[in-house]
Amino acid sequence: MHELSLCQAIAGVVKPHAAGRRVDVVRVRLGALRQVVPETLSFCWTLVRDHHDMPEAELELELVTAAVACRPCGRESDIESRFSVCCPNCGSADVSVVRGEEFLVTSVDVSERV
Amino acid sequence: MGRFHRHEDGTVHEHDHGDHDHDHGDHSGYHTGSQRIEVLEAIFAENDNLAALNRRAFDANGIRALNLMSSPGSGKTTILSATLDELAGQFAVGVIEGDIATDLDAAKLAGRGAQISLLNTSEGFGGECHLDAPMVGRALSGLDLPALDLVIIENVGNLVCPAEFDVGEHAKAMVYSVTEGEDKPLKYPVMFRSVDVVLLNKVDLVPHLDADVDTYAARVREVNPTATILPVSARTGAGMDAWFDWLRAFASGRWISEI
Repeated sequence: MHELSLCQAIAGVVKPHAAGRRVDVVRVRLGALRQVVPETLSFCWTLVRDHHDMPEAELELELVTAAVACRPCGRESDIESRFSVCCPNCGSADVSVVRGEEFLVTSVDVSERV
Repeated sequence: MGRFHRHEDGTVHEHDHGDHDHDHGDHSGYHTGSQRIEVLEAIFAENDNLAALNRRAFDANGIRALNLMSSPGSGKTTILSATLDELAGQFAVGVIEGDIATDLDAAKLAGRGAQISLLNTSEGFGGECHLDAPMVGRALSGLDLPALDLVIIENVGNLVCPAEFDVGEHAKAMVYSVTEGEDKPLKYPVMFRSVDVVLLNKVDLVPHLDADVDTYAARVREVNPTATILPVSARTGAGMDAWFDWLRAFASGRWISEI
């Protein structure tokens, strides 16, 4: 719902690292629990990148599936449902999220402007 | 748009093949002389840094801050009006009122003994759908912080985006009305998991619905086993004393998060 402003934030993270160089690739790691729609983020990026002087910058998304550790049954499982973080094994909600809340810029590729 | 690659560690990788002209056979570099720079920076870092500043400003003034969230039309402003009437004379309350546009809610809250700082959300990190830390930081300048005990941040009505943004609060509460249907905790687990208190509002309407209060509470429990659940009716006043008691404990520093 707020992917456009998230793209502004991504550009804000990238800019100091680019330091005026041409940005070729921006790599973002995105967890399934972040409520960000990957297709929307990719589309919004094509609108935002021009305004931040990085029109060539390609957005690469590394999507991370969610996983929870269940306290009652002790098992760690991947979460398939978009709607629930309950333990797929025993159904308990007494879980801790071990993966799926990532949202960071992992790396950028830059080159000297020709 | 985009291609997705599944990695062995379970991650999926999207590669947007747009209208650029790089060599698809060579993934070592997209451009002659291209250099990879490791970044590893959280995209919410700027927001979270400013949220920490807000929290420090609250702490420096001995203020407890509550982030109040809900979907639109859940009764958040009605509950807040009754709350301000109840706490008047007991605690000095400030309200940061987030709204996409208009001052309709701020007008409803005026004249109840609280300081109101209106925040229209057409600008900022997130635009129109939630409050973020920079916006709340700006709204603090509209409050006389040394004079306050409690600040209630009334977020924009939305069950998705507000859950993502730390604004510097000490606790999160949400209003969930029974007319929204008992499936909402399962559909919006990020929001329901993030809160310390759920006000289950409009319980006076339960006789007209297919589910009872226990069903709603059980659905909340399925995603958040530790939240305090308070069935209330802002219209009749039923259950509101338990909410006022919780808020008094919170405002006087007697409440400590279980998380």
